[in-house]
Amino acid sequence: MQSNNPTSHAGGRTLPEGEALLSVRNLKKVYRTDAGDIEAVRNLTFDLGRGELVCLVGPSGSGKTTLLKCIAGLLGSTEGEVRLDGEVITGPPKKMAVVFQEYGRSLFPWLRVAENVELPLKNAGVPKAERKVLVEQALEAVGLAHVPKSYPWQLSGGMQQRVAIARAVAYQPEVLLMDEPFAAVDAQTRADLEDLIRSVWKKLGVTVLFVTHDIDESIYLGERVIILSSSPTVVQEDIVIDLPAERDQLETRSLPRFTELRHHVYAEIQKAKQGHRPEEAITMVVK
Amino acid sequence: MKTLKSLGYLLTLPLILLAWWWIATSGAANFFVPTPAKLAETFIDTWMGEKLLTDVLPSVIRLVVGVLAAIVLGIGLGLAVGLNRTMRAVTEPVFEFFRALPPPVLVPVLMLLVGINDGMKIAVIISGCIWPVLLNTIEAVRSIDPVQNETSRSYGISGLSRIRYQVLPSATPTIMAGVRQCLSIGLILMVISEMFASSSGLGFTIVQFQRSFAVPEMWSGIVVLGLIGVALSFIFQWCERRVLRWYHGLKEVENAV
Repeated sequence: MQSNNPTSHAGGRTLPEGEALLSVRNLKKVYRTDAGDIEAVRNLTFDLGRGELVCLVGPSGSGKTTLLKCIAGLLGSTEGEVRLDGEVITGPPKKMAVVFQEYGRSLFPWLRVAENVELPLKNAGVPKAERKVLVEQALEAVGLAHVPKSYPWQLSGGMQQRVAIARAVAYQPEVLLMDEPFAAVDAQTRADLEDLIRSVWKKLGVTVLFVTHDIDESIYLGERVIILSSSPTVVQEDIVIDLPAERDQLETRSLPRFTELRHHVYAEIQKAKQGHRPEEAITMVVK
Repeated sequence: MKTLKSLGYLLTLPLILLAWWWIATSGAANFFVPTPAKLAETFIDTWMGEKLLTDVLPSVIRLVVGVLAAIVLGIGLGLAVGLNRTMRAVTEPVFEFFRALPPPVLVPVLMLLVGINDGMKIAVIISGCIWPVLLNTIEAVRSIDPVQNETSRSYGISGLSRIRYQVLPSATPTIMAGVRQCLSIGLILMVISEMFASSSGLGFTIVQFQRSFAVPEMWSGIVVLGLIGVALSFIFQWCERRVLRWYHGLKEVENAV
């Protein structure tokens, strides 16, 4: 059975200096409230190489969203740092786009679909002709070329999330952060959107960090899965998903390897829920 | 067919009221209540002439200037206050104080400070009209959806662009509700501002008629006020439909679910 275990790291995998596009180092986040401090993230370290598609999975309440917001520059960290291309992130960087879970609230209801996709570009001062091309390409890429004049709220949930993805894609980011983007859509739409992400990732060569609580989704989508412990959060395990590059909802999900990986991640998450912590395990060994 | 139907809805109640009035006054003549025919005649004689230019038009211009100034000031101040927690904490008690003052009591004060002129009358209108717009703007800006804010931030939309592309549009439904209130307050204050130390204007003229027992003329002046109110309301609704088309559509979708 040993040989079936995935290639893994206890703790996050790091790359040699200069090779990582996104580096998270000893990230800690404590929320200070009147009722006392809440330690959401204790200590996270991992790297994302250029062009990787990495899924972050963890039990609910494991600080996934907090981590993502720290990486996106929307939240300041308490300790540690996040670097993009070697530069420490202090605010939302230009080379990053975020897709939020709440598509209905993230899209601006007073703008039509194409206008929503165009807004970040317009704000960045991209010339009109270029904007038009980028918007058309982005809507084409997510399969929404036929509804540029609709309002987002006239579309189904899945289509709205496609608009949000198109907006992120048109912005031409180097890193695409996705915060449980498909948690609120139905299962069939979800499968379509998963394939969409894979195709967008391949076509654009963008680096994707995809946060989810769904184990199957993380394995189906990712080239690599980072498993978080329960709160206060550390990296529980960082595994390579050695599934074929061409993924198919039926074929891939029925592969024996898929099932093995699923078992493995599931077991890790269960361990995490029961309070198993790798750092403590390591400390015990040292003692 | 559809326009005919909506025209029918529009006119039914006014016609019934008119008929009722006509029947009620056709018998015994009450000195204080003119018949519809008499009122119509007086209306045309009194207002469709010189008075339209010397009294109605200046009043309406002051009303429009006052209301527009109140809207612009209210939104501008509201944005500044609503977007800043410290500003909110500092200004809130002061606003509550000034809001509680009935604008008519300010008329003598403003007469002394501004003088007896158009500026004073416009100031009275602004002093009353600004509150619903200002307070609604503050509230709308304060309660902006945090996900919208994060979206703006993550796409580098900040400062004035953020106000233009996100804050103002998302606050518009609430601001428009304030503007609607501000219009009716404006009409009341237009009349009141002309009741003191004035020599022209709609309010002044109506008071003159009252004091000289020109009863049908007085009534016709009230009709003019009503008509101005209706016109304002229609203009407002037309604007609102254009500005808030997205909002009404969104609400319809939400209610259908």
